[in-house]
Amino acid sequence: MTVAILLVVIALASVLFHALSPWWLTPLASNWHQMDATLVITLWISAIVFVAIVLFIAYAVVRFRYRPERRAAYEPENKKLEWWLIGLTSVGVVAMLVPGLYVWAEFVDIPKDALTFETVGQQWQWSFRFPGQDGRMGTVDAELIKPDNPFGLFPGNPFGQDDVLVQGSEVHLPVGRPIKVLLRAKDVLHDFYVPHFRVRMDAVPGMVTGLWFTPTRTGRFELACSEYCGVGHHTMRGLVVVEEEAAFHAWLKTQPTFAQSMSKVAAGTGDGLAARGRDLAQAKGCLGCHSVDGNRSAGPTWKGLYGKTETLANGSTVVVDDDYLKKSISDPNAMIVKGYSPVMPPYNLSGEELDALIAYTKDLSK
Amino acid sequence: MMAQTPYQESLHLHDPQSFWTKYVWSQDHKVIAIQYVITAVSVGLVALVLSGLMRLQLGFPGSFSFIDPTSYYQYVTMHGMIMIIYLLTALLLGGFGNYLIPLMVGARDMVFPFVNMMSYWVYLLSVLVLMASFFVPGGPTGAGWTLYPPQAILPGTPGSGAGIVLMLVSLIIFIVAFTMGGLNYVTTVLQARTRGMTLMRMPLSVWGIFTATIMALLAFPALFVGCVMLLLDRVVGSSFFMPAVTSMGQQLDYGGGSPVLFQHLFWFFGHPEVYIVALPAFGIISDLISTHARKNIFGYRVMVWAIVAIGVISFIVWAHHMYYSGMNLYLGFFFAVTTLIIAIPTAIKVYNWVLTLWHGNIHLSVPMLFAIAFVITFVIGGLTGLFLGNVAVDLQLGDTYFVVAHFHMVMGVSPILAIFGGIYHWFPKATGRMLNDTLGKLHFWVTFLGTYAIYFPMHYLGFLGVPRRYYNFESFEFIPPSAQTLQAIITVVALTVGVFQLVFVFNLAWSAFKGKRADGNPWRATTLEWQTPDTPPVHGNWGPRLPVVHRWAYDYSVPGADQDFLPQNLELVVATAGHEGQRAQGSEA
Repeated sequence: MTVAILLVVIALASVLFHALSPWWLTPLASNWHQMDATLVITLWISAIVFVAIVLFIAYAVVRFRYRPERRAAYEPENKKLEWWLIGLTSVGVVAMLVPGLYVWAEFVDIPKDALTFETVGQQWQWSFRFPGQDGRMGTVDAELIKPDNPFGLFPGNPFGQDDVLVQGSEVHLPVGRPIKVLLRAKDVLHDFYVPHFRVRMDAVPGMVTGLWFTPTRTGRFELACSEYCGVGHHTMRGLVVVEEEAAFHAWLKTQPTFAQSMSKVAAGTGDGLAARGRDLAQAKGCLGCHSVDGNRSAGPTWKGLYGKTETLANGSTVVVDDDYLKKSISDPNAMIVKGYSPVMPPYNLSGEELDALIAYTKDLSK
Repeated sequence: MMAQTPYQESLHLHDPQSFWTKYVWSQDHKVIAIQYVITAVSVGLVALVLSGLMRLQLGFPGSFSFIDPTSYYQYVTMHGMIMIIYLLTALLLGGFGNYLIPLMVGARDMVFPFVNMMSYWVYLLSVLVLMASFFVPGGPTGAGWTLYPPQAILPGTPGSGAGIVLMLVSLIIFIVAFTMGGLNYVTTVLQARTRGMTLMRMPLSVWGIFTATIMALLAFPALFVGCVMLLLDRVVGSSFFMPAVTSMGQQLDYGGGSPVLFQHLFWFFGHPEVYIVALPAFGIISDLISTHARKNIFGYRVMVWAIVAIGVISFIVWAHHMYYSGMNLYLGFFFAVTTLIIAIPTAIKVYNWVLTLWHGNIHLSVPMLFAIAFVITFVIGGLTGLFLGNVAVDLQLGDTYFVVAHFHMVMGVSPILAIFGGIYHWFPKATGRMLNDTLGKLHFWVTFLGTYAIYFPMHYLGFLGVPRRYYNFESFEFIPPSAQTLQAIITVVALTVGVFQLVFVFNLAWSAFKGKRADGNPWRATTLEWQTPDTPPVHGNWGPRLPVVHRWAYDYSVPGADQDFLPQNLELVVATAGHEGQRAQGSEA
């Protein structure tokens, strides 16, 4: 009897939990309401089956509990009943599959008029590229990826010159228009995942993948990497800002084109050593682990780092100066700051590059 | 059957001569089974501790300074891999398979006892190699149990030095070990069944283990080559799975390989693996329910065909793990359909378990409690599989806590409940003593209610969209603070359940020496393993004469019979004396 009561309690508690749970689908901000509908249909069918089976067991263990004088029935098979059950199950499966495949058919059919942009993942940050005035994106090659060409664009490709390059993890999109996201990865698998939009897709090095959605309301939506990508995976965040078309275009204009960024490189230290350090930190992936705003990440933040006295894992202290920084770049595990793990690979940088990075950290510590 | 005579003659040659050959270098399937069980449970306890550490970080982020992202991801990876391969696969096939197959089909041993012994020792080697990775510089791999390249072998992942190499080597060794055991299980079922034991009279435990073993023999090679190729990519710089990549700002010498290829190889093994674990559990549960409900399993033939159907279909569903991996999107249609079709034979199994209870005479013994709990958790895990199998729903729930909850229900908690039920059920046969009932019930309720409380609410974190494999969720705006409260509650429950497993370990150790003595057939079961002349069965299992089987495995409560069970080897003599009558004891003349 106790067993039966507990089983009934489990069934009821599960239903109650669902009814009272403060945790439910994150409010939708895209066109994929049919995905939610499929999920809800599946949930209802599942719930009915689950409750029915649990209650059936609960009833059976009471009704047919052991009594020495009784004998169980002897019924090896019941073909009619079995066919009925197979039939009913098949109906349930079809009821879930049909809406699911219907939505999927829409997902694989990418609208022709979609606004296309590219998202590039690297450990542990995002960057974005929009086609310029010509509406076409320049061709790329993974082997062209260099600190001054982080997207790996062909320098001579005419379609690439006006491509808009967005460094930093925030991207803006216009509301109410189908958006096609092309995905690339520089190093390992990543995954473009915005809970509010429902859809996701892996970014895979060596190939271009994609997904599409139509943002249906303005707002700021968090972008998270959802394919495990190494020790900084949980820090690989971004932000998708959905806004009115005009605001979007105004934002896009503030971002540099490929041609502009190349001419800056050609002009050498036009922007100063610290600016070069910033570009370098972006390109080398430093900023995946070292924030510049004081937030804790996989590695210590660079904000206020220069000149600070750090306690090391072995308990000793060290003042962060040129020597310490250089040493920590070429041999990161020699002097680990307390509370961090020895995960950074050694970097072999030129003296000029080191100077640029140090100038940048000095800049951040003013 | 055919091979009995020569085998019988050489029987004494195989008798163990000393303590070492009897208990250590033993070729007796029962000793090997117990070696497998002890090793798998030990390594499982390591994985249990790792999950506790992981839960500490998730429930109380930042409170334990020794759990940094590196060690957290190492715990996640090692927990998953140990539990799935080195605990579940080894315990269900190497442990239960070894113990039950020869006894249940009426054989004296596995057909290749030496190879069987080697299987265990090679398995132990794979475990030791894996454990060694905890002690190498950089520690064990933190690549996630799926070991996806490129990250698994690049420096951004913990343990990408020696850790990943040891993991791959250990898996390769494990597969060698399994193949030696697996060939034995299949051959024994096909060649060494006693007279009268037709395939359609075998207990469902044997059917489950047999089918799972065939599947494993077909699926593990995919993992094997995947591991070898990944090892080559890592060690000699080949590019099977490695395209041109820029890691940490540096161009590497890789190029032309495909990360998605590894995923295909991995999941071609990985999905059947789910059923390699599930089918033996299905079989065990069928036998437990039938025995303790004193009723024949409902729809035996359909149950057998469902096992076979699941085994076959499970080879064409693997890419439902890869809907958004970058593979051709149109494949989603095919794999969603096959995945949901597999729900039909699986559902039939559930129906037949609960219908077996109907009009039964149900003993709520500890094994039966675990069987009922298995059905409930398996139903939840199976139903949530329909969400994830349905490609459009997977797109939003994939890689969230919904997935974590789903696979823990379906292939974590469920098979473990079946294993517990099986151990409580067969312990008296293996040791001659009963496990303590009170401790058993305590262990059961804490484990069942506890795991339910852990994983049921976890689905709702998934609905919310909380991503899995996150060290922490700092500053996420779409995750409300209440989700962190839930994480903390889950951690407390998980630690409690974890600690209570010591009750089980204690019960095993204590009852093995001090438990109530059991007679040869305490559950009054029909299957052959309960009809051995000695308990625990001695080397060779059956004494001078092999049993002869006269009926299927489920003759419980047969109308008109004197007792409520008819052992498979019992021949009912209908008043005719002579030759037939001499075989009434069920032994071959």
